[in-house]
Amino acid sequence: MNRSLPSYVLRRLLVAIPLLLLISLGVFALVNLAPGDPARSLLGSRQSSPETLAAIREQYHLDEPFVVQYLIWLRQVFVWDLGRSIQGSELVTTMILQRLPLTIFLGLYGSLVALGLGIPLGILAAYRHGSEVDRGVVTLGVIGVSAPAFATGIFLLYVFGVYLGWFPIFGQGEGPLDQVWHLTLPAIALGFTVMGLVIKITRASMIEELQKDYVAFARARGLTSRRITTSYVLRNALIPVVTAAGLIVVGLLTGAVLVEVTFGLPGLGSLLVTSVTQRDLPVIQGIVLILAIFIVLMHIGIDVLYTLIDPRIRFGRVEA
Amino acid sequence: MKLEETVPSASIPSSIGEAALVRPRRTPVTVWIAMAFVAMAIVCAAFGRQIAPYPPNEQDLLLGDSPPSAEHWAGTDLLGRDVLSRTIVGARTALVGPAVVAAGAFAIATILGLWGGYVGGATDSLVMRWVDFMFALPGPLIAIVIVGVVGGGFWTAVAVLVVLFTAPDTRIVRSAVLEQRPLPYIEAARTLGIPRRRIMFRHIFPNILPLIAAYVVLDFAFALVSLAALSFLGLGVPPGTPDWGRMLFENRTILLTNPMAALLPAAAIVVTAACINIIGDWTYERMSAR
Repeated sequence: MNRSLPSYVLRRLLVAIPLLLLISLGVFALVNLAPGDPARSLLGSRQSSPETLAAIREQYHLDEPFVVQYLIWLRQVFVWDLGRSIQGSELVTTMILQRLPLTIFLGLYGSLVALGLGIPLGILAAYRHGSEVDRGVVTLGVIGVSAPAFATGIFLLYVFGVYLGWFPIFGQGEGPLDQVWHLTLPAIALGFTVMGLVIKITRASMIEELQKDYVAFARARGLTSRRITTSYVLRNALIPVVTAAGLIVVGLLTGAVLVEVTFGLPGLGSLLVTSVTQRDLPVIQGIVLILAIFIVLMHIGIDVLYTLIDPRIRFGRVEA
Repeated sequence: MKLEETVPSASIPSSIGEAALVRPRRTPVTVWIAMAFVAMAIVCAAFGRQIAPYPPNEQDLLLGDSPPSAEHWAGTDLLGRDVLSRTIVGARTALVGPAVVAAGAFAIATILGLWGGYVGGATDSLVMRWVDFMFALPGPLIAIVIVGVVGGGFWTAVAVLVVLFTAPDTRIVRSAVLEQRPLPYIEAARTLGIPRRRIMFRHIFPNILPLIAAYVVLDFAFALVSLAALSFLGLGVPPGTPDWGRMLFENRTILLTNPMAALLPAAAIVVTAACINIIGDWTYERMSAR
């Protein structure tokens, strides 16, 4: 059995292909899932006449059998042609690429908040297990898990935007620094929800690790607390956090949709919501497809990362 | 994909007798507060219209949006509707939907999990493939897309969430069943020739029920937040319904004139979900206590 990293990645990518095809089939079927005549759905708000409907049928090959329609669509997807929006007839690919940077930036900023606060707080709570500090952190974690990003967002908007006036209320700012400034409240709102999850996992695995013999031995040898934490315990304790990275990223994605709507930011998430509200099917299909590919690749990435962090996990055991 | 680790790997009590022998610790104050608050929310859900000072949909267009006053403790929204009354009445949709989601998902998951864990076979591997597939998907985003494209509002949203929640729940039930399977009492029951269905539902099920109960509570909280998110995006409940998520969506534009119109329902969502999570975590800890 070959257990080298490149062959493992290659194998995982091969397994991902049928999964992606299945997802693309589901995405394509969305047109037929929408109530009413697909031609009318795809026509959108444009003038409806027998001629335009016939043109739409021709354009999307709606008179062909479902499988043929799907294959034609899939061929276009492979050459990076996701069709045009039914609203402004703009290219879906252009729309997505325009909105993508903001969402990526927001996601990174949000994960910085979630991990930067969640991991230290989880460690702190584990060290002070059972104390008032622990209880406080746990409560904060529960509130984090319970507070959807839009609720946190509204509170932040009111307190820091309206009441104290420290942060701008709307817009995404111009220039890099101003943009960071504008996206700080959204990033905190986004990170807060995910932070709850990170606290929970870090705390639980730290408590478990700290009870192990090697920690007692290290203490007996007179190593400093800091040394024990950073060089030994943390390495082991963070493995569950990496495992949960999938959940964390999915949480960030969902949160990003809510946060972008709350703060009126023109990202991919708010584009998804507008197109869902307007039933702009080509745009919805494009976004969902991009997200699906991203998530599938991310899961492979996490598994690779996982094996790199913990050499005990053999590639052969991490089956798809 | 390596997914097993993401499910909290708590030790399931090997038998209920063993868990009960450990004297439960005193119930923490936070749990009492959480229970009191949830009880209050349930009362609001049941008798909201009687408790609320104003009918939730009574408009006062001349008044419009106004800050908190003696007549309207939490002020009014753009149509002059009383925010406090709408929040109280909103408890109903906030609690009924998640209750259906949590109960429905676990009813299906219990059957699939019992079958998969005890009988196994082709059905089991098929179900677990499906569970793995669902696990890789961002549930809430799928709910947004499907509810938005298919339409149908609140109950479509509930149905989609039931399907999405069933997958992880099945995994939980199945792994609990797998722990029970090799135990002597099951072997004894099998030796006695008790039919499979009877062993599954009369012998295994009661033993995994406490664990299921804890997860139902946690599911409930997650469903509440998810449904609120959908109505915040304008999906789910129809316009005009007194619903917490919907109120946030409608009133976030009047944050400057009457902040309470958005902050009160936001607080209602967070506090209710937090209280239910506290109760769920506590139940879970008690059930998995060594």
